[in-house]
Amino acid sequence: MEIFAPLLQYLISGLTNGAIYALIALGFGIIYNATTIINFAQGEMVMLGALGAISIYHLQPSLPLAFLGGVAVVTLVGVVFERLALRPVKDPNPITLIIITVGGAVFFKGVAMLIWGKEAYPLPAFSGNVPLHLGPATILPQNLWVMGLTALLVLALEAFFRLTLMGKAMRACAYNTRAARLVGIAAGRMVQLSFGLAAALGAGAGILIAPLTLGVYDMGTMLGLKGFSAAIIGGLGSLLGGVLGGLLLGVAEALASGLISSGYRDAVAFLLLLLVLFLRPQGLVGGQK
Amino acid sequence: MKLGGLLNRWTLFAALMLLVAAVVPNEYYFTLLNFIGIHTLLVVGLNLLMGYAGQISLGHAAFFGLGAYTSGILTATYGVNPWLALVLGLMVSGAAAFLIGVPALKLRGYYLAMATLGFGIIVYIILNEAQPWTGGPSGLAGIPSLSLGDWSFNTPTRLYFLIWPTVGGVLALSANLVDSRSGRALRALHDSEAAAQSLGVDTARLKLKIFVWSALYASLAGSLYAHTLNFIAPASFGFMFSIKLVTMVVLGGMASIWGSLLGAGVLTVLPELLTVFHDYEVIVFGVILMVVMIFLPQGLVRGLMDLKQWREFKREGGSIPV
Repeated sequence: MEIFAPLLQYLISGLTNGAIYALIALGFGIIYNATTIINFAQGEMVMLGALGAISIYHLQPSLPLAFLGGVAVVTLVGVVFERLALRPVKDPNPITLIIITVGGAVFFKGVAMLIWGKEAYPLPAFSGNVPLHLGPATILPQNLWVMGLTALLVLALEAFFRLTLMGKAMRACAYNTRAARLVGIAAGRMVQLSFGLAAALGAGAGILIAPLTLGVYDMGTMLGLKGFSAAIIGGLGSLLGGVLGGLLLGVAEALASGLISSGYRDAVAFLLLLLVLFLRPQGLVGGQK
Repeated sequence: MKLGGLLNRWTLFAALMLLVAAVVPNEYYFTLLNFIGIHTLLVVGLNLLMGYAGQISLGHAAFFGLGAYTSGILTATYGVNPWLALVLGLMVSGAAAFLIGVPALKLRGYYLAMATLGFGIIVYIILNEAQPWTGGPSGLAGIPSLSLGDWSFNTPTRLYFLIWPTVGGVLALSANLVDSRSGRALRALHDSEAAAQSLGVDTARLKLKIFVWSALYASLAGSLYAHTLNFIAPASFGFMFSIKLVTMVVLGGMASIWGSLLGAGVLTVLPELLTVFHDYEVIVFGVILMVVMIFLPQGLVRGLMDLKQWREFKREGGSIPV
């Protein structure tokens, strides 16, 4: 029992962070499927979501409004970024596109520092801070919100890709863009949609985690890179892979920081990333190639 | 003709180096020039990788850091001869690059970018956390200067005459590499990997070679940096510095050895000229990366030259042949 209690506690915090990584990973996957670009600006959408929601909450203290408003603004940012920075590229080879998204990430971070400064801002928890007891461990209502809403979002995403015409069109583009064009799918619109969707998921992740970690201009870089690691670990472009990769990474990180050393906590994600790249580059569930 | 051209270029470089030294008014400018030199070493290597091998390293600061910390720790803590430490630093960085490069470069696509990104962050975390060796976030002090016999490179002016001949050597080496058989294979690789392979170029091995070279350059720069400042801290070797290096390459122009000098020069001098620059540094880098890649993918020099030619062409009433 004595060993079990902290382990359960690690599991709770691990799954909470893991859910956030999963949402970010899905954003990477959706854009990768539509364009084969790795959008390194994805982490900054998380930061913009968190800070945007905090600012909206400051003006009008309503959490649902802050959540929806934050997601809406960032979705727009994602779509505009694709339109202004990626679509005009005349010679879209991978290295050019990577550099542009890295430039975008750095740019968003700098602009956020200009708008919000360097201090960290709080966002109230969605339903109070009274901890619940779960056997020997405690769990905050916000942890449940993060896990629950993530599960809901993932299911909604799955339904979108399986059941709606637009979702099916996006999948068709991911399989074969040219063939999708031939059957009349506007591939350009799908790319735009993928950037909007990925930005919305990132923003949602940022707003969910903000009550637990505060919102600050430089939070996006690390979260983005970890979400990216989660995507690679699970298998880039796979929905299931993104979720599994995220949760696995979150739990591994929590266990490592609890049992080994908290200083090296951030290294776990990148060690796993290197390990997966070397041993199983298609990721845990990736099967193609 | 080839040899003559080469000789001329390098005598010109040496003459220019001496001329600059003669007109530079004070030590501050020597310090600035020395940093330009160190950045140039880093940028040339990364430029070979990005411009010729078509791969990108998002963790080049890590190799810079490995060189700096190997030199720093061995000389400051263990009293090892600085030149020996420099060579050991090269070995450490080269081995690290080899270990990452072998698996990552076998695969097509972004794998080197991802692997170097992960590696860069891990190295940064270790530099911060391994306090007993690295001194942690507050840094490592007391690194001795390099010296030859009794002549110690302990002033900016003296360092200038160490760093810039090194830069000249590395530029010459890189120009040679690009003009060699490997270089031609590299360019073939850059244009079409499949075509290069079909002509018998071992592309994975070639990319690995360039990647290791670029890590060696970075390590050399790191060792020089450690002995120039006599103090190092992890903050100089983080993710943002890797991005800054990529920005220098992009600005100077990918696949341009001399462009490296320009990219490193501009982005080293700019923060000194603009005092407000520091706060907005990230925004400026972001804008440079995006704007140059969208509008001048050949870099500043060639991009502007193309633009000028285009203007003249238009003024003369030319039209585009279809």
